[in-house]
Order: sequence, then C-alpha cells, then structure tokens
Amino acid sequence: MKTNKKLFAGGLGQLTIPVIAIVLLVIFNLIRDPGFFGIAVMHNNDGNIVLTGNLISIINGASELAVLAMGMTLVTAACGGQDISVGAAAAIAGSVLVKVLKSASAINGGTVILAFCSACIVAMIFGAFNGVLVAVFKIQPMIATLILYTCGRSIAYWINGGATPTVSSPIINAIGSFIPGIPIPTPVLIVALMAILFKLLFHFTSLELFTQSVGVNGSAARLNGINSTFIKLLSFIILGVCVSVAGTIGVSRLGLINHETLLLDVEMDTILAVAIGGNNLGGGKFKISGSIIGAYVIQMLTITLYAMKVSSTDVKAYKAIVIILLVVIGSPVVKQRFGKLVEKLMSNKKTVSVKGAE
Amino acid sequence: MKKLRALVIAGVLALSCVVTACGAAGGGGSKTIKVGVVNNPPSESGYREANVKDMESVFSAENGYDLKTSYSLKNDEQLQAAQGFITEGVDYLLISAAETTGWDEVLKKAKEAGIKVYLFDRMIDVDESLYEAAVVSDMAKEGETAVNWLLDQKLDVYNVIHIQGAMGSDAQIGRTGALDAQFAAGTMNKVVQQTATWDEAEAKKIVESVINSGEDFNVIYAENDGMAKGAVAALDEAGITHGVDGKVIVMGFDCNKWALRELLAGNWNYDGQCSPFQAKIISDLIKGNTTSSTKKIINEEKGFDAKTLTQSDIDTYGLGE
Amino acid sequence: MQEATLLQMRHIDKRFPGVLALNNVDFTLRGGEIHALMGENGAGKSTLIKILTGVYQMDGGEILVEGEQATIRSPQDAQNHGISTVYQEITLCPNLTVGENMFIGRENSPWIKHKEREERADEILGQLGIPARSTQQLGSCSLAVQQMVAIARAVDMNCKVLILDEPTSSLDDKEVNMLFSLMKDLKSKGVGIIFVTHFLEQVYEVSDRITVLRNGELVGEYLTSELPQVELVAKMIGKELDELSALSEVDEKKSVQGEVFYEARDLSSSDAMPFDFTIRKGEVNGFTGLLGSGRSESVRAIFGADKVTGGKVKIKGEEVKITHPIDAMKHGIGYLAEDRKRDGIIADLSVRENIILALQVMNGMFKPISRSESEAFADEYIKVLNIKTASRETPVGSLSGGNQQKVILARWLLTHPDYLILDEPTRGIDVGTKLEIQKLVLKLAEDGVSVTFISSEVEEMLRTCSRLIVMRDRHIVGELKGQDLTQAKVMKTIAGGEKQNENE
Repeated sequence: MKTNKKLFAGGLGQLTIPVIAIVLLVIFNLIRDPGFFGIAVMHNNDGNIVLTGNLISIINGASELAVLAMGMTLVTAACGGQDISVGAAAAIAGSVLVKVLKSASAINGGTVILAFCSACIVAMIFGAFNGVLVAVFKIQPMIATLILYTCGRSIAYWINGGATPTVSSPIINAIGSFIPGIPIPTPVLIVALMAILFKLLFHFTSLELFTQSVGVNGSAARLNGINSTFIKLLSFIILGVCVSVAGTIGVSRLGLINHETLLLDVEMDTILAVAIGGNNLGGGKFKISGSIIGAYVIQMLTITLYAMKVSSTDVKAYKAIVIILLVVIGSPVVKQRFGKLVEKLMSNKKTVSVKGAE
Repeated sequence: MKKLRALVIAGVLALSCVVTACGAAGGGGSKTIKVGVVNNPPSESGYREANVKDMESVFSAENGYDLKTSYSLKNDEQLQAAQGFITEGVDYLLISAAETTGWDEVLKKAKEAGIKVYLFDRMIDVDESLYEAAVVSDMAKEGETAVNWLLDQKLDVYNVIHIQGAMGSDAQIGRTGALDAQFAAGTMNKVVQQTATWDEAEAKKIVESVINSGEDFNVIYAENDGMAKGAVAALDEAGITHGVDGKVIVMGFDCNKWALRELLAGNWNYDGQCSPFQAKIISDLIKGNTTSSTKKIINEEKGFDAKTLTQSDIDTYGLGE
Repeated sequence: MQEATLLQMRHIDKRFPGVLALNNVDFTLRGGEIHALMGENGAGKSTLIKILTGVYQMDGGEILVEGEQATIRSPQDAQNHGISTVYQEITLCPNLTVGENMFIGRENSPWIKHKEREERADEILGQLGIPARSTQQLGSCSLAVQQMVAIARAVDMNCKVLILDEPTSSLDDKEVNMLFSLMKDLKSKGVGIIFVTHFLEQVYEVSDRITVLRNGELVGEYLTSELPQVELVAKMIGKELDELSALSEVDEKKSVQGEVFYEARDLSSSDAMPFDFTIRKGEVNGFTGLLGSGRSESVRAIFGADKVTGGKVKIKGEEVKITHPIDAMKHGIGYLAEDRKRDGIIADLSVRENIILALQVMNGMFKPISRSESEAFADEYIKVLNIKTASRETPVGSLSGGNQQKVILARWLLTHPDYLILDEPTRGIDVGTKLEIQKLVLKLAEDGVSVTFISSEVEEMLRTCSRLIVMRDRHIVGELKGQDLTQAKVMKTIAGGEKQNENE
C-alpha cells in the first residue's frame, strides 16, 4: 500500500499529463493500425542504411520544435512570459547560414561550422535584443518579441535578397537527414545532444536554481544577490542558440531557405509544448524534459492525423481540441479536484480493506 | 507600426510631389512617360521578386519611362499609394492588387484625372471600363498544361500525391482544378490530396506519412517548386527513386532556376511556368506597338519537360538565381 | 453585556493529506463580544477560520448560526449567514473609490445609483467614525483606514460575525487605537468579533474571551480577565515558561567593546536619508521608531537593497563599495527582509533550495552546490532550527509563517555571515518561535556575529539589543544603551530626540 501510494504521489508530478497523453496516442494508434509504429530498415537514395516508419517520422519531425521548446522553457521560467519571435528569428538564423554558405567558394566542414557559428551569433544578438527589452526595459515578453515577430521574416529576406535561395552539399544533407553509416536521422541526434547540453549546463552551473528563483519571486531573488536582469537576458540568449540550431535543422532538411515558411507558426506550437510539459507559463519551476515530451506529443498528434488522412486544413482544428483538453486537464483546478477524488477513493478503499480484515 | 509606415509613405510621396512639380516646371516638354506601379513587395515570393525586377528593367529611363513604385501586402496601403500617384499626376497606373475589392473609387478618380490604368498579375473586381487592359496568368491553364503533359506520359496507372498550395489562393484553385477533373473522371487515382500551404517542410511530412502508410504512388504533383523539393526530400530518405529514370514522377510549378536545374539533372520531371513577365506586354500596349481586342490578356506560359529542357531555357525563363 | 450564543462550531475535524489539522475542536461566539482566537502557527487558527468562511470544507462536525444548522460551502454562503472576514492583506481595490469599494459586487441592479451610494457610504463611515470620504480613492488612504473601510463594508452587509485576521500587523499604535475603538463600537452594537492576532498586549486590551488552540486541538476557552498573560503563553506553547523568564533576566547586557565591523558615514539611498552608523563585532543593536520612521529603509541601504545614492562605508576599517545585495553578501553581510512573502521566500521551491540559495549565489553560477551537499546542509539546519516540514523537498510556501522565517534564517546562517540584519524576523509568527529566534540572536552575538535586530515590539528589542538606534521621520534621533534601555526612555526619544544629519 505504501509503495503504491508513493508511486502514485510521484506520478502526479509535472510529467503525468504529457506522459499520459503520449501513452493514449500510442494506444489509439495501435488500435487503429497495429503496424503503425513499425520501423523498417532500408537503403535511402544516397545508399545509406536508414530507419523509417511513423515513429521515426514523429521523433525526427519534432526536432526543431523540441529544441525550441527547451529554450522557451528557460525564458518562460525566468520571465513569466513567452518569446513569440522564435519562428521569425529562426528564419533569420537560417538565412545567415545560407548566406555564409553561399558566399564560401566551396562548402566543407569548416565553412559549415563557420556558417553555423555566424547564424548562432546573429540569433544570440536578436535574442539579446528581446532580452534587453524584457529584462532591462521591463516590457511584457509577448509585446517585446512582437517586434521581431513582425519584422523578422522581412529581415530574413534582406539577408539573401532572394525568395528561396538553395544550398546543396553532402554535409548539409547529412545534418538535415542522415549521416552516412548512422541509421538514425541526424536531427534526432541533435535534439539528444541539446538535451545533454542543457543537462550539463544545469549540472555544472546553478542556472536552474537561479532561473527558478527569479521566476518565482524576483524581488526575493534580487535581495539574495541574484542579478535577475542578467538571468532573464541570459535565458533569451540561450533561446537564441536554440533558435539557430532549429533554423539550421530546418534549412538543412531541404537545403533551402524560404523566409516566409521556414518554421512558420512554430512559436505557438513551442509555447504549447512548454504548457503541455506541465510548466507554469507564469514562470517559476520548470522541467525541460516536460517540454521535450510536449513537443513529441504535438508531433505525434500531427502525424496521427495525417495518417488518418485528415485534411491538413482541418488538422489545426483537431490539434486545437486535443491541446485544449490537455491544458485544461493539466490546469491546477482540475489537478486539485482530481487529487481530492483520489484521496477520497483511497480512504474508501482503506476502510473497505479494514472491514474486510475484520 | 502601420501608422508609422503610412506616415513614411505619405512623407515620401509629399517629397516626390515637390520634386516632380519642380521637374515639370523646369523641364518643359520632356517626353518621359510617368508610370506608377502599385505592387506586392519582392519579399513575398520568388515570383514577385522576378516580377518587380522585370518592371524595373522594362520601365527604365533608357526606355523613356519615369518609374515610381510602391510595395505593400496590404490593400489599404496600396490604395493610399495609388491615390498618391494620382495626385502626383502620373500618366499610367499599373496595379497588382493585394485584394480584389475596394478599388472602385480610386480607379474612377484615375479615370477623371485622365490616367490610364493597367492591371497585371491579378484581376480586380471593377467594371471593365475603368482599366485599359489586364495582363494576367491563367492558373487554370497552367494546371491543364501540366495535366496534359502527365497524360502524355502514358503511365499504366496514375497514383497521385497532390500537394496543394494555400487553400483559396488563385494559384491553388487554378492548378488543382485540372487534376481534380482527372480524379473525378477516374483516369487518375488520388492517393492523398493535402495542402501544405506553400510550406516545404509540411510537404515533406505529407509525403512521409504516405510512405509510412505503405500506400503505392508514382506521381507527385506539387503546386510549387518548394513543396516539390520537400516531397523529394521525403522520397530520398525512404530510398524511393524519382525523376526521369525513377519510379516516381515529380512535378512542380513556378520555374525557379534551382528547380529547373533539378529538371536538367533528371531528378524531377516537369515544371510549369507561372510567368512574372508582364512589363513588356504592357509597355508595348502603352507605346502602341501592339493592340489587344480583349481587355483580359493572358500571358503565354510554358511547361518544361526534363527530357527537352536546355540550359538556355533556364537562363531565359528561370526565376531567382 | 453577555448576549445569546451567536455562533457555535462543534466537534470540527479537518484532515489534510498526512495531517490532522483540526481534531474535535469546539468554538463558541456570543453576540457583543470580542473573542480572541490564539495559538501558535500551525495550531489550526487559520484552518478554523477558513472552514467558517467556506474556503475549506470540514470533514466532520457542525456549525450552528443563531442556533440553526448552517451549511457553509463557499465564501458566499458564509456571507449569507452574516459571517464576514477582513484579512491581514487588504483585499479591496486601491484604484477604486472608498464608496465603490464598499458596494462593489453587491448590487443586483445593473444601474448604479452613484449619488445614493455615496450618501449611504458617507453615512456608514460617519457612524463608525472612519476618517474617509466615499469619493476618495481607496489607495490614497492609510492602511488602517483601508482596513476600516473593509470593516465598514462588512458591517454594511449586515454581518453578525466579523472575523479580523491579523488586522493590526501593519498598523502603527495610533492606527491600532483607531481600529480598537471601532471594534468596541461594533461590539456595543451586538456584533460578535473573532480577533486573530499575535500581539498579546492587544488581546488584553480589547478582548473579552480567549480560545486557545494547540496542534489542532482545543486547549480551552477563558475569560480574558481571569487568564494572566504568562499563563496564556504557557497554554499556547504548551510548556512552562522557564525559558521565557530566563531570557528576560538577561537584562544587564554590557555594551560590547570589540572592534568595529561596519561603519557608514552619510550613507543614503533612494529611500533612506543620509545617516551614520557603526556596529562592532559581536554586538546586537536595533533600529526602532514608528512605522515609516525609516528604520527598514536604513538597513536596506546598508545591504544595498535600494539604490545607494551616497556615503562612505568601511568594513573592518577598509573602505568598500556596497551598491548591490551581492556586494554586501561578499563582505559577509546577510539581510532577512521585512516582508517575508514578497522579499524572502521563493514559495514554489523546496526548503532545501531555499536554504542553499544565498550560499549558492555567493559561490557563483559556476560552482553549484552538489545535491548531496545541499541535502546535508538542509538536514542540518532543519534540525538545528527545528524547522517543522514534511521533508526537505517540501515547497517552502506550504510551511507555516514561523517555519518559513526559520528557513530564511537558515539560508543566511549557512553563509556564515559576520553581520546579520534581521528586519522584523518575529512578525506574524508564534510565541514559541519568537523566543527561539531571540535566543538564536543572542547566541550568534556570543559567537562574534554582529546583529541588527528590528522589531515593532519594543520589549523584544529591549530584551535582545545592547544598543538601540531611535528614528523618527526618516532621521536618527537618538542612541540608547545600558541604563537607558527602557521602554519609557525609548518612547521619550521617539517623541523628542534631536535629528542627526539634518542640513539646515
């Protein structure tokens, strides 16, 4: 009984809702099509052995979202608000990447690294721009980032001066799809790498504690010597890094940057991933893992709907319904009610079992 | 933001008024033709970028024109700009409108002021008498050309993945129509018909989900080049061959240079043109080099086959770089 | 004066997960009496009040209002039964007028009759002798008047039972007296008042009867006149008062002659006027003065909590610059802020995280305290300070006020400060914990830590401090030590001391 209760108490934590959502989606798909999650091994057109299947499509397709959700979680926790310019900023980062690659005489490992670093620096600068507006000028995050949201894609256009510049190179292809000899899509590996980097960041610095302190009670954090302006600014700069990684994945998938459509509407999905992950959108305590799972929930939902041949114009509506359900179920009000219900059931069970013993 | 932009436009217009007024007073009987172009901004698409460049090169000073341009995605800002050109006293007003409605008043004013109006690329819902001519693409014809080419391939069976553009756009409606007719007639099978709203990554996801479902297909009909590229990326990852000697026929639209190069390499099979080159036709009409019996002039558009495409076609018709 | 029973709560039980918060508690309120509800933090006072006001539902027992069974499931139900509450924190809207605040949410008609409402509001305010006009913006009134408006609102809703939850904790003496005369006035009109407070003197000043709770159980109900103060405290903390008397006997505190640890000259901040201040190693001093006298602002300036605008600061004789809290911390200064909820606890974070926070900040971003180390620190201080928490991972916000305060104390003790500033560490916490904190302060001083101790209870400061700095109108007006450390002398200085650092 005791262990049971403990398990339950642990399960009622932040990750319950996203994990239940994933499990339900998996069960739903297995009933609909038992072979839905089958993974096939085959040769792709470059002659590499690769894994394919819906499961691979889901975790691969969610990569940009997952990376952005990690950074967004940090911004949400520190600032109690969200950055709605991540899609536009990713378009800028992607454009910078393409610009540098195109201006190089030959695309090799060095130029790709240089291009990524340039994209990263530019994205961090734009992140810092948002961060300064939020942390120094105390503008509401959504309002502050609205500026870049509005003009970001135009800036992305100016960088290359063309609508859909393309780059083709085996290296870019390897980043966007498969590295020869590795059957797992590279974006999935990048997500794993980013998750590990965050883990290390939290392990080797006290950023997590400071960010949560600033988010929960900024005034108290300040009086404990934490520079909350710096923490907020830092969260936006780290999000900038995530934005450049997401932009790079997005560009590399097709070897093309379309400033109008690259990661279009991703900001809303990102915020949702953070919310589904059980993080408080008002700031404070957070779990990066929750947001990553949230990203996969959203992507699994999309792929499921596609597999059901739901028209992609309707997909958004279905997604909205499921997401509303998830967010409502995850709300404190419902959680509290549910907790009370469980408590009642448990105490009933107890009396029954006691009676039974007699 | 919007206000600011309107203010800047107004300011620029006021300034240019003064400048032109001086010019008119000083110059006397100069013979340049003043043309005001109201267009969408070049950042809208590769198509628009080529369109804007085309306008600038044809209505150049060397050709005897004085070109003034205004770019906006918003109808009300376009209306203001047109109003500005009328006040300024241009000779010709060229319009590619953001929306089809709301233009009556402005065009009537233009007519009163003796300014001749040409529409390009997009039609407007006004009486024909309010403009001289409209040079437009016939998207439905583009679709027909493409579908006819596909029928000419004489495949045993047509299993088509149809990736649509943003629903309700002219291009989507036109390019979908011809294919829908084939689906209805039963000559072709619809494996899936989904809109990717011009988004390359979305197109890739759509094709990926078909591949994962194990359904058979041998044609991808994507309503623009970007989405075709996304679809091909999905094929490549799943090891499905495509192009001239491949299993799957790949079709795109717009004729971006990079897309035509894919054709030339045999990776794709067909690319349908959507010509952004209306300036020459309008210029010829203005200068009286040609005349037209109808007000609606359809811009001649081609479809390119990978087997017959040449490098010079790419140089001539390809958009972008 | 005794009237019929107004409210009866019988055999009330309330369970929270893992805790029995109330166990078979009875409470009786008669019309026309002021009934103090006393107990340490965690005794069950607020749970009882919340059941009465419909915030919580009881698990067992019954409530009778005027002899009739009453079901109270929501604050609205409570109001319908004539039970109104005025909380410690003002829950009115400061940007509306006094009149609007009195009627907001109560009008059934969609049409608001401004004139009528204003007249009615002014009438009630006049009757109760509250110095406010109905058209005045609420935020422009003093806290006491705001509180009185909240009471007036309750009174106008025909309340029979008025609950005042810590109404005096943010008021100064004059304001408290105003509030008390209002309470007495209401009492004479037959209203039954439940008065929850930590100030013992106030209980004896106004209340007729006292009910004491301890650990969720009823200790007893007493007539105030028959229960000596010492006995009340004994009943509340459940042990004999040896410790208390022992502490108060440490009267002859010698002034410390150690080296000067901290010295400020003409220190000023955006909120504090220039002042001079010195503290020696191992010395306990205090800042006293009425609310708004600038005592908190001055210590905040020492810590760099507000924007420092001028002055010279020396630590151990060396000139230093302290403009941000982190500077002060690096020089061994700790600061427990006046407003625990706003400036102290990080409510959602665990006890462990709250305890290590300041030390972690001093260590810097790149030297995180390992999990096992932080657990050891937390366990150590939970034990040393006797913090009552379910576990070290419990969110600190769910602890009682006194225990939250101990967590913050632990946070600063962990940094091993040379100089600890405690601004109202004992506000709103129970007698037992107050004593523990006072003892702790004296012990720290013995170990050579300098402490600045601020409390609104002068007696508490006289008991702990060897030197008192008296402030008035944002200036230091006197410094008392040795023989002068008496309540009378403090009062006299507050009233008539000469101002320091005032330029003509």
